[in-house]
Amino acid sequence: MKPALFDYVRPESLEETLKALSASDEATVIAGGQSLLPMLNLRIASAETLVDISRLRELKTLSETETTLSIGALVTHAAIEDGLGRDAFNGLLQKIASKIAYRAVRNMGTIGGSLSLCDPSADWPVCLLALGASVAIASLEGERCLPMEDFLVDAYTTALEQGELLVRIDIPKQGDCAWGVSKVNRKSGAFADSLAIAILGTDRQPARVALGGTASCAQLLAATSALLGQHPDIGADALSSAIATDVAAAHEEATPYQMRCHIHTVTCAIAEARSWSR
Amino acid sequence: MVEVKLTVNDQEEAVFVDARDSLSDLLREKLQLTGMHVGCDHGACGACTVHLDGTPVRSCIVLAARCDGSKVRTIEGTRNDAMMDIVRRHFHEKHALQCGFCTPGMLMMSIDIISRYGVPSENQVRSELSGQICRCTGYMGIVAAIQAAAREINGNGDN
Repeated sequence: MKPALFDYVRPESLEETLKALSASDEATVIAGGQSLLPMLNLRIASAETLVDISRLRELKTLSETETTLSIGALVTHAAIEDGLGRDAFNGLLQKIASKIAYRAVRNMGTIGGSLSLCDPSADWPVCLLALGASVAIASLEGERCLPMEDFLVDAYTTALEQGELLVRIDIPKQGDCAWGVSKVNRKSGAFADSLAIAILGTDRQPARVALGGTASCAQLLAATSALLGQHPDIGADALSSAIATDVAAAHEEATPYQMRCHIHTVTCAIAEARSWSR
Repeated sequence: MVEVKLTVNDQEEAVFVDARDSLSDLLREKLQLTGMHVGCDHGACGACTVHLDGTPVRSCIVLAARCDGSKVRTIEGTRNDAMMDIVRRHFHEKHALQCGFCTPGMLMMSIDIISRYGVPSENQVRSELSGQICRCTGYMGIVAAIQAAAREINGNGDN
């Protein structure tokens, strides 16, 4: 099927983009378009004006300071899969990127697009929530930063307001980072029924465990994270009970299958992180 | 209408498209390059895979307007390509197609897989092909053809 008619603009600069976005409350940003175009083609989404940001070269770079890794919103999954930022977080970003959809999609799809769409099963929101990242949001008024917890609001809902554009993701670096990833999906490349990412604490960051595939956006599992932070060697019984409590809160009215998937992925992600030889 | 100037199979083209037209519309409707097929029109099947600026993309979910200034290569542009000739021969020998609908996308993906992996393992080929759907269920032949072609192109390797 074809999308309904829309207008199309392709600004050459960030300022031009922000002007276009603030001029109309019917403007929709398109980055790689790998989620938005299927949704438009199936007519489950509609747009008055598409603002194509693919020419904003300044959003395609990765930079770092001693404490922070900054990823431009237009960096593609394939660029990360191919090694951009490979050394950070012991290869976690590369692992996540390489399992998103399919290569032809990863060549176009962007990390900022994935966050801005906030699909409940998407990979980056879970990963960046677990890493304690924050996002930089630009508008004509200037730039504001939000931690991932505040940026992700609900399924397909973020804190982005009219006239705003996600431009950058800032991730605090954390020494030797032990992580685990577990994903259940019905077919390679399909969206996750459940995705859990566990990152054990270091002297710079507390332990954080995040879950995707719920009815809402990616969720931080507070009780499990706190327990792992306070008692890194906590036994299986106490850990399972914290996981069960967190999962029930993260996905209300989950089916028994969904509950089993979530408990499985969270348990496996923590076990993998713990098996990391330091 | 939006004017799009792009290079398709080494030939410069200038066409007018609707903002909502996809790259697959541009190629099939405006340039009559019908070698690439459109299966699902929402990025699920991989039949419409072409190379955009050197990397494979699904042309049904790339806006034509966005391709202004880009280089596109379709299956028609791989005639007399040394690497594709080898891949095509192995597809023939291993019976890697039945109805042929998915084949142009499979071939465009194949040369990308061989370029990135050198001599990929069977698991790597299967994982990389997970986004290309063949409804004749001919995957065994396709996987075998890609592996055989990779070995001929890049040596045996023990990857």
